[in-house]
Amino acid sequence: MKNFWKAVPESLRRLVLVFAVLAGGFVSIRFMLPPSLKDNALHVKTTVAREMVKTVKYAGSDVCADCHDQYQVKKNGYHRNLSCETCHGAAKGHTDDPIEVKPTLPKLREFCVRCHAFNPSRPTGFPQISSAAHNPMKPCVSCHNPHDPKPPQVPQECQACHAEIARTKAVSPHVALECKTCHSVPDEHKVTPRAVKASIPSVREFCAKCHGKDSPVKETPKVDLATHGEKYLCWQCHYPHMPEVK
Amino acid sequence: MERRTFVQKLLALALPGGVFGLFLKKSTVQAAPYEAAKHYYGMGIQIDKCIGCGRCVEACKEENDVPREPFYFRTWVERYTIKKDGEVTVQNIDPRIESGLEAASERQVLRSFFVPKLCNQCDHPPCVQVCPVGATFKTTDGVVLVDEKRCIGCRYCIQACPYGARYLNPKTETADKCTFCYHRITKGLLPACVEVCPTQARIFGDVRSSASPLTRFKRMNKLHVLKPSLNTEPKVSYSNLDGEVR
Repeated sequence: MKNFWKAVPESLRRLVLVFAVLAGGFVSIRFMLPPSLKDNALHVKTTVAREMVKTVKYAGSDVCADCHDQYQVKKNGYHRNLSCETCHGAAKGHTDDPIEVKPTLPKLREFCVRCHAFNPSRPTGFPQISSAAHNPMKPCVSCHNPHDPKPPQVPQECQACHAEIARTKAVSPHVALECKTCHSVPDEHKVTPRAVKASIPSVREFCAKCHGKDSPVKETPKVDLATHGEKYLCWQCHYPHMPEVK
Repeated sequence: MERRTFVQKLLALALPGGVFGLFLKKSTVQAAPYEAAKHYYGMGIQIDKCIGCGRCVEACKEENDVPREPFYFRTWVERYTIKKDGEVTVQNIDPRIESGLEAASERQVLRSFFVPKLCNQCDHPPCVQVCPVGATFKTTDGVVLVDEKRCIGCRYCIQACPYGARYLNPKTETADKCTFCYHRITKGLLPACVEVCPTQARIFGDVRSSASPLTRFKRMNKLHVLKPSLNTEPKVSYSNLDGEVR
């Protein structure tokens, strides 16, 4: 055998070696590589299948109402759109085995404050408190039912959300005027402040009741509507809540 | 007479057969497997509803086994603060830390808000283009997935994503990203972040469906996507998006 191999010309030996490598490569690609590495459609299919069987941990809000009647209370309260698992944590284990696995019950103040602490970046109208000033150390649940979180006392009306306006108005010439003097506030505004808005004066004659030339009210600055302000509404130039209404 | 008996026999056979057939059809419809071609998913985000509580971030980490360290995210929430001199600061919020704006600088702030971010599931995904081994791809229902068995952890896709939506999972040493909770949506559940969002700032649905919360969101709002100039065609659209958001 060795002699035969030596008898073969060198160039032919090299050629055989090249073919052997090529054949080995072909065999290993053809038979040893898993098919999902060669066929792209199959690769996609196996990945999608692997992704689809990953374990679900949040059960989804629909299943809770099957057993729990808190849903009846919650559906009319301010927390009606909250999923149960927002506060009680991932509960797929609980829906699979209701006796052994129990969802979490947040009791600490910190949990509620995560959403309801005052933060200037939060949208106006969202109920916020200063945790240090608002009944410190007292658990939230002692006054608020989390499934129907009505405050025990209605907050000081407009000021609860519009504190900045209330503060500037308090030192302005308009301090004696109630909010309702100029704004009409539908009840729904307190529930969905963005969808239903309070009104603002829409005619110049409204301000002229006090500030017009012929107004019977004394001690107010007066202007002649016919010559002052042209087409603009009063509040487009004079911000009524400011201390120095210019 | 012969024809009548034939018709009678035929009816006698066909009626129970038809009922049985209906029953068969019904049972197969109920057990129908998930059909990717019938769906095309998208998400809507309402900036003015986000309160920056970070429940979505937590739920995502829980559902998808994302490492808990605060620099691995499939979804995250940014806080934008725009000062009167035009300076923009972006913070990745950590919901566990209660952070108000510093009292001194509050007067300098023009506006501030939260922006939830996640993989935009682009129609023309740059991350798919650059993958040298074809480990990441777009599925028929429009979600960009990563095959963790094929990914070699080269980080090209992390560099290529203009939204910073990918990270290298330290456990698997492969690229990881938001999948719209693919294992949930294919079972008809909502993604975990959408499920727990307390203010419905996130809306998930089928882009093509005629009546769904997502379609309503798209009809009722002025929409914008992130970095439209890159022509990535994101499927996550934002309403009330500020021009400063990148």
